Amino acid sequence: MANKAPQIPGIAEFIHKIKSGEIFTEIAKEITESQLWTSTFRHGYADTPRNRVLQIASNVWLHLHPVKMHRHALRIKFTWCMGGITFLLFLSTVVTGVILMFYYRPVGEYAYYDMKYLQYDVPFGMLMRNMHRWAAHAMVITVWLHMFRVFLTGSYKPPREFNWVIGVFLVTFTLLLSFTGYLLPWDQLAMWAVTVGTNMARATPFLGNEGPFAEYVGVTPRYDARSLLIGGSLVGPPALLRFYVLHCIFIPLIAGALMIVHFWRIRKDGGISGPL
Amino acid sequence: MAQAAAAPKKKVEGVPEKLHVWPYLVRLEFLCALVVIIALTVWSIVIDAPLEEAANPTKTPNPSKAPWYFLGLQDILVYFDPWFAGVVAPVLIIVGLMLIPYLDVNPKGNGYYTYHERKVAIWVYCFGFLVLWIALIIMGVFLRGPGWNLFMPWQYWDPHKVVALVSVDLPYSFGFRDYTWSAIFGGGVLLAYFGIGTGVYFFMERKALKSVGFLRMFLKIQLALIMMGIVIKIVLRIGFNVKYIMVTPWISI
Repeated sequence: MANKAPQIPGIAEFIHKIKSGEIFTEIAKEITESQLWTSTFRHGYADTPRNRVLQIASNVWLHLHPVKMHRHALRIKFTWCMGGITFLLFLSTVVTGVILMFYYRPVGEYAYYDMKYLQYDVPFGMLMRNMHRWAAHAMVITVWLHMFRVFLTGSYKPPREFNWVIGVFLVTFTLLLSFTGYLLPWDQLAMWAVTVGTNMARATPFLGNEGPFAEYVGVTPRYDARSLLIGGSLVGPPALLRFYVLHCIFIPLIAGALMIVHFWRIRKDGGISGPL
Repeated sequence: MAQAAAAPKKKVEGVPEKLHVWPYLVRLEFLCALVVIIALTVWSIVIDAPLEEAANPTKTPNPSKAPWYFLGLQDILVYFDPWFAGVVAPVLIIVGLMLIPYLDVNPKGNGYYTYHERKVAIWVYCFGFLVLWIALIIMGVFLRGPGWNLFMPWQYWDPHKVVALVSVDLPYSFGFRDYTWSAIFGGGVLLAYFGIGTGVYFFMERKALKSVGFLRMFLKIQLALIMMGIVIKIVLRIGFNVKYIMVTPWISI
């Protein structure tokens, strides 16, 4: 037994590293010091005050937040969390809505059958439709509750008056988003709810054909405030297309722009209101 | 010192303490988002969105209802003409809401819950939101049946329910039979309502006129009178069968 097997130091060391768990530290080090990693993540994850600040300040999604905030603004009893939930529900409708757009055509002949197709043939189509509709309904409720909370805490008072005005616009656009989406299933519920709603435009003073003083302006059922909205004198295929464009492009763009202003102004007006 | 004097009586926290948003706020937002998304998913799995038969312009359902969030406005159509209930009232609601921060100059109650420091503001908003908006929506969704008639939840929605049309115009019940005089009478009643209301308010708040300003006080009382006027009109219609207060060939209120 004089002949000893030649030692391969590499293997012994390697096994030792695995046994002691040192290998994982080394792999982690290899990864986190790579160019790919350091170019993506600008700071470490260790829980240091510096990293807590960088976590917010160097992240495009989180940097809407301030780096530090008052303790009272964290209390759900104070904020009800309703503004954030409204925004989350808006994002949910954007995601599910884009998926629905792949299957839905806003054309009189097709729209209703695309709905049936979505519900019965498209994988998870029914779920996407349900999530889109219920998130939209929930959003109407949460935005009202958000407004109620802001009123009860007097958060519209100086210096936040302007942001309250933006908020009122956003409430209005939330309702209009929901209302324009209401027509798209192109079923009886949709058509007649929108008929009832848009019939009101007919009564607009001066600009609606049945409104007061219309005879002095000369509007007709075919050319008045209502026909501008629905592209005719009845809720028909042109109304479907108009509401589709308003619902998917026009109002979300305006509401999105106003949301940016709304969130930005929270920061500029001194963060979430508090007793200071 | 000035800050200390302006500080509200009620303090939520003794000393305001600053916290890092990461992790204290972000984890809260994350948990909240998780709960909402789970709730939404479960709701969407359990309950299907409605889809009725295909749209048919020749078949009007009875009742035809607007989306539920507009049913408060649709209900006001019983008491007002469409130009008011469907156009002017929503515009007034939106504009009135936007004006709130510019009309309410009470510096107290900024950033904390209080009832005692701003009783009137809380009452007005709660009345408008909870009664005129939410309660009317609940009524519109559950209690309005065919012909927009009122049905209790246990009643059958009879499409042939006969409701006597007994409402008459206010000028008519006061004996005015021709257009001109009933228009003058109705206009007079409305002018008196707004004029006396404004006058009484300005007299009672005359000390505040200098600090609050004329325009602010004027707009405030007009909006309040319109809101109260809607309630008065509903009471007059239901309790006293009054159809219009003022009738003219162009507009009737």
